[in-house]
Amino acid sequence: MTRETIINIALALVLLAIPFVATQMGSPFYVTLATRMAILALAAVGLNLALGLGGLVSFGHAAFFGVGGYAAGILASHAFSMQPLDLGFAEFAGTNSMLVIWLVAIAAAGLVALFIGAVSLRTSGVYFIMITLAFAQMTYYFAISWPAYGGEDGLSIFVRNTFPGINTMVPMSFFLLCYAVLIAVLVLFWLVGNSRFGAALQAARQNDVRVASVGIAPFRIRLAAFVISGMITGLAGALYADLNRFVSPSMMSWHMSGEFIVLIILGGVGRLFGPVAGAMMFVMVEYLLGGMTDRWQFFLGLALLAVVLFARGGLIGSLAGKVRHG
Amino acid sequence: MAEPILSIRHLYKSFGALKATEDVSIDLRPGEIHALIGPNGAGKSTLIHQIAGTLKSDSGEIVFLGDRLNDLSVAERARRGLGRSFQVSSLATEFSALRNVMLAVQSVQGSSFRFFKPVMSDPSLTGPAREALARVGLQDRASVPAAELSHGERRQLEIAIALALGSKAFLLDEPMAGMGPEGSKALTEFLSDLRNEAPILLIEHDMDAVFALADRISVLVYGRVIATGTVDEIRANPEVRRAYLGDE
Amino acid sequence: MATPMRSSARSKSRLPSSQKSLRRGHHLPYLNVPIASGTILSSALFIEQLLNGLQLGVMLFLMAAGLTLIFGVMGLINLAHGSLYMVGAFACAWVAAQTGSFWIGLAASLAAAAAMGAIVEIAIIRRLYSRDHLDQVLATFALILIFSEGTRWVFGSVPLYLNVPEQLAGFVTLPGGSRYQLYRLAIIGVGVAVAVGLYLLISMTRLGMRIRAGESDREMIGALGVDIRTLYTIVFALGAALAGFAGAMVGALQSVQVGMGEPVLILAFVVIVIGGIGSIKGALVGAILVGLIDTMGRFLMPQVFSVFMGTSQAATAGAAVASMLIYIVMAIILAVRPQGLFAKG
Repeated sequence: MTRETIINIALALVLLAIPFVATQMGSPFYVTLATRMAILALAAVGLNLALGLGGLVSFGHAAFFGVGGYAAGILASHAFSMQPLDLGFAEFAGTNSMLVIWLVAIAAAGLVALFIGAVSLRTSGVYFIMITLAFAQMTYYFAISWPAYGGEDGLSIFVRNTFPGINTMVPMSFFLLCYAVLIAVLVLFWLVGNSRFGAALQAARQNDVRVASVGIAPFRIRLAAFVISGMITGLAGALYADLNRFVSPSMMSWHMSGEFIVLIILGGVGRLFGPVAGAMMFVMVEYLLGGMTDRWQFFLGLALLAVVLFARGGLIGSLAGKVRHG
Repeated sequence: MAEPILSIRHLYKSFGALKATEDVSIDLRPGEIHALIGPNGAGKSTLIHQIAGTLKSDSGEIVFLGDRLNDLSVAERARRGLGRSFQVSSLATEFSALRNVMLAVQSVQGSSFRFFKPVMSDPSLTGPAREALARVGLQDRASVPAAELSHGERRQLEIAIALALGSKAFLLDEPMAGMGPEGSKALTEFLSDLRNEAPILLIEHDMDAVFALADRISVLVYGRVIATGTVDEIRANPEVRRAYLGDE
Repeated sequence: MATPMRSSARSKSRLPSSQKSLRRGHHLPYLNVPIASGTILSSALFIEQLLNGLQLGVMLFLMAAGLTLIFGVMGLINLAHGSLYMVGAFACAWVAAQTGSFWIGLAASLAAAAAMGAIVEIAIIRRLYSRDHLDQVLATFALILIFSEGTRWVFGSVPLYLNVPEQLAGFVTLPGGSRYQLYRLAIIGVGVAVAVGLYLLISMTRLGMRIRAGESDREMIGALGVDIRTLYTIVFALGAALAGFAGAMVGALQSVQVGMGEPVLILAFVVIVIGGIGSIKGALVGAILVGLIDTMGRFLMPQVFSVFMGTSQAATAGAAVASMLIYIVMAIILAVRPQGLFAKG
């Protein structure tokens, strides 16, 4: 077992242990905190596929996060009000079922990612960063100016959506559900990273001329990666909406996109568990600093600056050393 | 005479006022090594870029195995069988030598849209890749990241990739550069055999290698082909001597 | 129960409620002259909106010119450019309040933004030139957090107000009969003057020559014996001063508050993506284009939609589409010219 594998297992166990220990110690609030860690980690795992493996610095993943969140919020609100969702050509009843909501969230985020990716992947570098940011901002302004689902005030989910066989209103059950999804997606990420697709994607990050010269078109590989990446982040968005039982345009704000990138950098770019380590650190720091001072974002900024300037490679990078590819 | 595998007709490319290639017409026949020589800046690399598709031609035609390539992407041209080595080696530097070659193997096998099967434990990828590495003598360096290979080894690796692609023609841009005398000699022998597999369009500054290997030579000066012929014809050509060989 | 989490989710939006108006579907609320949709399109209103669009355009140009110059010369993507806009606005509002003079405030905004730019460049930014874009994005994102929270620390969460200077407080009568704020006209004039000044600076002066050399070839400029470090600091400070200047002028039209620079920054990104990164001319054309399309879209879209549907629906649909209009235009331009309208090389 490599050192990184040991660290990964340890991280997975620690995240799993937090809510149990917290419940034992009589601070159930930490269960919610751990759930937040798991969901943000999931969103960042999605981004890590594009950014870490593919080198695509997307500053617009909040769009997919928000689309997933709104999928949950909108379907749940129609189920609650018993008014079908009228799409013009067909009507759909809302639903409280997470399984259906997840599918819709994944599909909707995937479609938005397909559109954004198809345009922005024609460019690269700094253009790509700015265009993904701009498109995410477009969805943000759209959510604000479309009043049917709360506009800028957002949309409440009155009762957390349901999952077969689980009482999702019990914080621990909901945590375990999110944790299971996270682990499942991490397995998926690992598989994809080691597959032919993953090989082509990572090679395109290192040298896209080389990839084209062996007959693989980098654009299609990247677009597929971007879409899958958006789908995962969309799924995380649906879970996040259920965690807070609330969804608002702020899920699509560029601060959110920035946070996802920060999570990955803190944990380690392209590392399987980088987003997990990053999310755990970030939520912890946010909580601890937030408890000490109202000015915690100021210190977060300073800490982030220090990491970028002096500690590249993130937590896993500093603990496990360089990456080796087969 | 056999039908040429690759034929280039009246190809032009300018960068602003600079004419990098001007009315270049050459062809590559089955089983031959066609060397392209000329002073620095004559447009040799530009021509390779135009053929491979990394540069778009202003006008002219590139026909490969009977098909016009002009409007095809780099990837599509590679899939049709144009194998290429770069003047400045171009590799996935974090990947090992083996994984660089495996990329070519996976391309040949068809789709890169396979998401779940781990590549490293897939003998249908590693097998042909190791074979190609062995052919260029890199079998012992298979697990070394491309970034840590020596200059000469990277050149060999590029040829291994072109081999693994099952190329129907090779475009080799200074494959000997950076190699010691030993390496050059071994590579010369290797290329000499390789021509039977697929013809080679060879850019090379090492004149000994060129004269030893080439079936035909084209001389490019200021973007124009001033002569094409056998080694002896080129040696005897007064214009070539004046323009190029005379300087040496 | 998860109730506490829900309230924390609301506060997670990170924008104090005083800032909510910033998010109400309009990038720049001060431009939002309420229009009863369905009203007959009067030519006076049309001209007024056209001028508003132009005014937004010249402000965006001041932002975009700095961004594009910094990218062109140093290869740096600076997310914190909006913070410098905010610094300018705060400096102007605070100094104007202390001295009672808008003009002293305006001068202070230039000085404060330029000085802040120079300090940040020397302390942090210059370590980022050799880094990849990902590091630049993160570091400048961190700077935004520091600037925003730092400003809140110093000035509190309550917005500052800045009055339009007396000399420009009046109105002018436009052809068609409607009255238009003189101050807004002045902003357009100043913007045009700055554009001309910038053109002269870059094409005529020694500094401009060095900037152009730096854009085309970074090694060469070193060989020319120019002190690159100083040049970079100057360019960064110049960009910062332009942003601060824009912030100060706009500060008199809206409340001066933390986060005010961010919507403008993102519009400025759209501008330089459209115009072509590194091109001042592209920034100018892009800025005017974005300013006009955004403003006119918000004005005209509800009216266009009212042809097809009821007034209130048209207002909703029109506003929603208008909020996306410039991004759609950006997508179309990129589909045709991936490097923007005036790309280099």
